[in-house]
Amino acid sequence: MFSVIFDNIHYAVVIVLMMAGLYTVFATQNLIKKLVGLSVFQTSVFLLYITISKVKGGQPPIIVSSHEGDHAALATETVRVAAAGPVATHGAPDVLYSNPLPHVLILTAIVVGVATLAIGLALVVRIREVYSTIEKDEIDALDYRYNLEGTDA
Amino acid sequence: MQLLSLAPDWILTHGAALLVVLPLLMGAVLAVMPSERLSWGLAMLVTLICSACAFVLVLQVASGETLVYSMGGWDPPHGISYVVDWLSAPVLLLIAVMAVICSLYAYPSVRAEVEPKKRGPFYAAFLVCFAGLLGMVVTGDAFNVFVFLEVSSISTYVLVGMGASRDRRALHAAFNYLILGSIGATFFVIGLGFLYMETGTLNMADMARILDDLDGGSRVSQIAFAFIIIGLGLKLAMFPLHVWLPNAYAHSPSFVTAFLASTATKAALYLLLRFTFTVYDVDFGYVSKAVMIILVGLGVAGMVFASLQAIFQTDARRTLAYSSVAQVGYMLLGIGLGTAAGAAAGYLHLINHAVIKGGLFIALGAFWYRFGITRISDFRGLSKTMPWTMAAFTISALSLIGVPATAGFVSKVNLATAAAASGWWWAVAVIVITSILAVIYMGNILKEAYFRQPPVVNGEVVKKNEAPLMMLIPMWILAIGSIVIGINSDLVVEASNGAANVLFPSVEGGAK
Repeated sequence: MFSVIFDNIHYAVVIVLMMAGLYTVFATQNLIKKLVGLSVFQTSVFLLYITISKVKGGQPPIIVSSHEGDHAALATETVRVAAAGPVATHGAPDVLYSNPLPHVLILTAIVVGVATLAIGLALVVRIREVYSTIEKDEIDALDYRYNLEGTDA
Repeated sequence: MQLLSLAPDWILTHGAALLVVLPLLMGAVLAVMPSERLSWGLAMLVTLICSACAFVLVLQVASGETLVYSMGGWDPPHGISYVVDWLSAPVLLLIAVMAVICSLYAYPSVRAEVEPKKRGPFYAAFLVCFAGLLGMVVTGDAFNVFVFLEVSSISTYVLVGMGASRDRRALHAAFNYLILGSIGATFFVIGLGFLYMETGTLNMADMARILDDLDGGSRVSQIAFAFIIIGLGLKLAMFPLHVWLPNAYAHSPSFVTAFLASTATKAALYLLLRFTFTVYDVDFGYVSKAVMIILVGLGVAGMVFASLQAIFQTDARRTLAYSSVAQVGYMLLGIGLGTAAGAAAGYLHLINHAVIKGGLFIALGAFWYRFGITRISDFRGLSKTMPWTMAAFTISALSLIGVPATAGFVSKVNLATAAAASGWWWAVAVIVITSILAVIYMGNILKEAYFRQPPVVNGEVVKKNEAPLMMLIPMWILAIGSIVIGINSDLVVEASNGAANVLFPSVEGGAK
């Protein structure tokens, strides 16, 4: 049982982080901590993507030989990734590269995550200004009273 | 096509890309625009141009071609491609046209509900959201879907939060939406990660081909399917995942509610169709089981429970928000039938519901604009104080219930026919029962408006005070639109059958 975990330690890390993040989002009442949980949850997905891009024995995806025509070759015929097998270039057919694509995807996802976090924090600042609290249960209670009275409580 | 020859070349060749690029770029420009009137005018202009592009795309698709636009000249499957076919073109046109109609209404509404210095950025966020929604529908690249999903979602959180100057609960609603929306989008991206592991490609057409070769793929692609369904389910407010929706709809500025109710959940539903039927295939055992049990089960549960919840709301906007959840249930039921006729009915209801709900929320915004009311008990006598607005509201309300000669009737009949054709008579019964529930919750509002006298304020009966023309025009366009669809539904039915043919290519000659 343990050997399964150790063989797939990267997945184990991802799963633990994912569950910890998701649990934090739902378990805490503090809005900031919810955002922290959300960030951990999103980061675990970044790790998931990064780990799948590793090819056993693969080099970092930077073209090794640099004679003429390599770039053209890359553009036309050699972008075959992951399932289809590692990328091999004209100049150095024996070089194994890791898959660079998930890294690029995750760069985008990181930007998205940062934007979400920024908007979330900005909203928390506004909530703090208006409600004078950042605890969800207290805000719910205030909202409930507002619903009943229909006025600015 | 004669109309097609009138279109300028640049739309014919780059229409698909312009749909996304133009609002995105203009969003950045609007954010620094000093004058509110100028930013509204530019937003209006952009939505008009996008509608023109979408219309041309629909014409092009109608002339029998499937458009594939390679972004930056990189050919698919390596480059990002934009694909416009019968499934996506009508949704594109729907989103663009609803954006135009809502923008017209935005001018008075935003002036009343958003602080002056935030109005420029407000329109900027609207355009970015618009670009994101169009991008979700037009793109043929799975990861691009995620990016646009987040572009539209993040700007939606901002738009909902802007309601704070009218109602502070908007902030809390926006925060809850942000948490759940991000979880949904992250689930979606986890699903994409697994799908990428299985297929090694991000192009949807390529994914579909590889999954087909693998005969549905291994457990990895099954897990991917589960994550994608849950992620999209959060976005489209599938029944138990809808908790963000009522508050977000009830407290955001009325313009935002009208726009979101008629476009955002629709774009997510389009993605659900795209992933369930095109990328995956209902012929895979696990997909057909998931569709049959999860989509139908949750759809029916949503129809019944959300309709019941709608009856007990005191706030009219929350009533309509719960009704939206129920209507999503209808669409899911149609999709879940797993037949071409069912998918066509779900797609038809997607279009009709956008028209109906847009009209209803615009009318509710007009009531707030004149009298500052959203509670049903405050609606008494509105048929006398705002007759034209109330008339438009009534037409849309009848259409929501499904009275003959309205759009709602057409889609419900098609849905019931599709269910009956599959032998699901219980589903027909559920449709009838939830329609009766709709009579009750819409009746609550109409009863107050028609059978009670206008209230007395400061010793005087409230006088007639009609909504401004810029609100009346969009709501009447939508109200008349739903009657036109009700009387002559050929065009929308044809569009939805075309969409069903894309989803079920083996069925020749359309869904009848």
